[in-house]
Amino acid sequence: MGAGGVVFRAERVTKVYDTGAVKVQALRGVDLALREGEFVVLLGASGSGKSTLLNILGGLDRPTGGRVFFRDRDLTRASDAELTRYRRDHVGFVFQFYNLVPSLTARENVALVTEIARAPMPPEEALERVGLAHRLDHFPAELSGGEQQRVAIARAIAKRPEVLLCDEPTGALDRTTGVQVLEALVAVNRDLGAATVIITHNQATQRIAHRVILIADGRVLRETLNETRVPPSEVDW
Amino acid sequence: MRALDAKLLRDLRRLWAQALAIAVVLASGVMVLVVAHGAQRSLVETRAAYYERNRFPDVFASATRAPETLLAEIAALAGVAQVEGRIAARVILDMPDMLEPAMAQVVSLPASGTPVLNLPVVRSGRLPDPLRPEEVAVNEGFARAHGLVPGAEFRAILNGQVRSLTVTGLLLAPEFIYVIGPDTMMPDDRRFGVIWMGAAAAAAVFDLDGAFNDLALRLVAGADPAPVVAALDRLLAPFGGTGAYGRDRHIGYVFLASELEQLEAMAAILPPVFFVVAAFLVNMVLGRLIALERQQIGLMKAVGYGTGAIAGHYLKLATGIGILGVALGWAAGAVLGQGMTALYARFFNFPWLIFTPGVAAFALSGVVGVATAVVGALRGVRGAVRLAPAVAMSPPAPPAFRRGLLDRIGAAVGLRQTTMMILRSITRWPGRAAVTLFGVAASVSMLVASLFSFDAMDAMVEEVFVLGNRQQITLALAQSRPRAAVEEALALPGVLAVEGAWGAPVRIARGTRSRLIAIEARPETGSFVRVLDVAGRPVALPPAGVVLTEGIAAELDVGPGELIEVAFLVPPRETHALPVTGIIRQSLGQQIYMAEDALFALLRIAPQVNRLNLLVDPAALPTLHAQVKVTPALGGISIWGELRAQFDATLEENLTMMLLIYVTLGGLITLGVVYNAARIQLAERSHELASLRVLGFSRGEVGFVLVGEMMLLATAAIPLGWLIGIGFASMVVAGFSTEMVTIPLVILPHTYATAALVAFLAALAAALMVRRRLDSTDIAMALKARE
Ligand SMILES: Nc1ncnc2c1ncn2[C@@H]1O[C@H](COP(=O)(O)OP(=O)(O)O)[C@@H](O)[C@H]1O
Ligand SMILES: [Mg+2]
Repeated sequence: MGAGGVVFRAERVTKVYDTGAVKVQALRGVDLALREGEFVVLLGASGSGKSTLLNILGGLDRPTGGRVFFRDRDLTRASDAELTRYRRDHVGFVFQFYNLVPSLTARENVALVTEIARAPMPPEEALERVGLAHRLDHFPAELSGGEQQRVAIARAIAKRPEVLLCDEPTGALDRTTGVQVLEALVAVNRDLGAATVIITHNQATQRIAHRVILIADGRVLRETLNETRVPPSEVDW
Repeated sequence: MRALDAKLLRDLRRLWAQALAIAVVLASGVMVLVVAHGAQRSLVETRAAYYERNRFPDVFASATRAPETLLAEIAALAGVAQVEGRIAARVILDMPDMLEPAMAQVVSLPASGTPVLNLPVVRSGRLPDPLRPEEVAVNEGFARAHGLVPGAEFRAILNGQVRSLTVTGLLLAPEFIYVIGPDTMMPDDRRFGVIWMGAAAAAAVFDLDGAFNDLALRLVAGADPAPVVAALDRLLAPFGGTGAYGRDRHIGYVFLASELEQLEAMAAILPPVFFVVAAFLVNMVLGRLIALERQQIGLMKAVGYGTGAIAGHYLKLATGIGILGVALGWAAGAVLGQGMTALYARFFNFPWLIFTPGVAAFALSGVVGVATAVVGALRGVRGAVRLAPAVAMSPPAPPAFRRGLLDRIGAAVGLRQTTMMILRSITRWPGRAAVTLFGVAASVSMLVASLFSFDAMDAMVEEVFVLGNRQQITLALAQSRPRAAVEEALALPGVLAVEGAWGAPVRIARGTRSRLIAIEARPETGSFVRVLDVAGRPVALPPAGVVLTEGIAAELDVGPGELIEVAFLVPPRETHALPVTGIIRQSLGQQIYMAEDALFALLRIAPQVNRLNLLVDPAALPTLHAQVKVTPALGGISIWGELRAQFDATLEENLTMMLLIYVTLGGLITLGVVYNAARIQLAERSHELASLRVLGFSRGEVGFVLVGEMMLLATAAIPLGWLIGIGFASMVVAGFSTEMVTIPLVILPHTYATAALVAFLAALAAALMVRRRLDSTDIAMALKARE
């Protein structure tokens, strides 16, 4: 696996947060490429710049310097409207705190995305894929943390995205539910072929990936290819 | 967008009480606009149709005795379309159901039967037969007040003779939409009526064969009345003309016009207050909702919703509130508007009513109502749109409480921590506190501006009945008499003291401004009939010069020491330039005054009287009344005690209704504002408040943090509301004062107190309603909520 075309290309990406009083250099020149269907784990200490990088790849934020390409499209030059369009059509996000709309049911939370996507799958199918076919009409408050995160995954994959970006998707979960979530992500990556990036600071999780990218202090410190991948259920938590 | 709409509906359902509270405030504004405008339109349309169909004249004039041959000359004047001369006179009536005498205005009907102008509407029965002198028709209101039906009889003193008259019909006429007797402040159908009588009978009774003393003209469309008025004055001068005038001096026309002005003022002053408060409430509630949904907004952006869709989502919510408010306001306005218009129709003796609810008012209030909600939402929505998606999804920084001056003072005076929480919350969310403060202040100010009308009315009652006119009875003489009549009146039964006065019509002018008015000559120092200075103190008339009311002085733009021209419209019909020697306060009616000695010296005529003011022994009143009924020289009688009772009753009826409406509206503002503020506080701080409970604070102590903050703000808002209220009250005075009535700006302490109390209680009710929710929240749940 991992031999397809390049989906993302980041060149010397830097990011400086200017909060007025202090300037924080979150990224110090990141070079990176991501291929179709690839499953990548981004590893690194807290504050090393992983979320910043993911947000830039997903079009949620802009780099201060360097360039980012999605296929041959230059995201650094895109307007707000183009970025919105890009997120809507190509990217699926999963966040640590699920970010579900509390006043919408599981099905409606997914529909929120499918209603504006180009060629989505029905919300029911997306929920089925993450094993929640029996929870369609539950509100977030009626679901466990793991179930809520799986709704978030269903929401991210329902549009059949080309890339799936997950920022610490298991960060708020215990082992059992965490494994369920990872299994859902692996299955989705395998079945739909979406290039998947998962941020984690759990060292053990890296073994489920094709490739591991270690970030430290705003730079790519090391990249490793896994010869053999381990199913999530065998990961030590 | 079905998922977003589902969210919208659920948000609305969750916020229903708050949305409703805002909608009610908004609805109040919409309702006032719809009611005031609807009533105004209906009255304008009805008046226009009635005046047109029944040929209300454009110009009026009176004389002592003018030959009918003059009518042809008048008809030939440029601009005159129709002319009608008739006989008009005031008479005293002896009604079988009244001990005291009643009065009536007699008008003659032409020999042909129906008049050309002022076409009466026959409500029942028929017009009197021109050949039967004892037949008369009366106005419907008078008939109703006395239970008169066609065929009924009553007695009148006609030129000194007691005559029995038979009612043939009950009428209405465009000149009598507002039937009010001389010297009175309110219509009183029992004591004053209109009698239509055949021309021959009237001529015989008033000794006016081949002559007329009252004139009405209709002009061709678009003609200017001014030259006609001038020509009439010239033509009628030899015949005792007392000054021609246009519709703008016709009492019925003026009264209705001033009522219309008041409705307009109401529609202009009140609704904006409600709209502004509602906009701030939307701002407060939506601002907080958006702050709360920050992460959801970030998410929507992350998954590809554009700013338009997100802005649209929240604007729809605001629009929903706007539509709810408009719908409520329309419904209430439609019901109340119809009732109010019907009330006016009764007050103004219209034969029918064209009810035009005023599509424009509905449309305008609908647009303004929804726009209000949308404008209120804009600030919050702009914030939502501006949020960068990545930032939105990280939770907002916890509110930055800082130790400031307040804390040091608090610590120094040893405030309890729960009290400190209240103070900090106010300084932490100053915008929200300001909305609460100004909302409650708006409500207090509206209460002050409406409740003060009672004070103003009391001041007017005091001015008219206690300070100005302390006589019990005023007799109007049919003709001017030598001053000896004052001594003669002392001989009437029960009369203890008499002061005479002489009134005459004059035209006063300064520069290009002029108007027709009455001048009254009085003794310099009347002991019971007095004028009041601008501060409301009784003062003596200056020995020379004329004294004007504030209103007239303003109208002529003249001050003390300046000269005005006074043209007397009674013999010797001279014009004099007289200095203004005093400005007085007179809230009801307008006239000018002069010391009698100076006036008669100026005109070089023997002192005369045509009004007698009496102090009487109450025990002798029945005998006096009986005597008055048979005294030929009398043209009218005013019994001040009765006038006052009538005044009080009418006010009570009208003002109590208005009071109820305004107190409700004012209370609703506070209720809406405080309820929303408290709900937001509760939601925002439920975690904190639940923590207090965990720490062992009682429900009461925790409730204090919530209720205390609201009541602190409400209390602070009260003085501010008083101040704004004074401003509103002066707008009301300016907007509601008319030529007939100058509303004094008097606000008594108890009005301030009542306004404060209503707002305070409404705030307390709202805060307690929210406190009940606090009591029923589950501590454990509140602690878990990550809100
Ligand atoms: N919006 C922001 N404003 C200022 N500094 C930020 C912001 N977001 C992140 N940072 C800083 O940038 C650095 C990288 O943050 P982040 O990418 O969130 O790290 P990670 O996800 O690896 O924990 C940190 O030092 C963080 O404090
Ligand atoms: Mg992170």
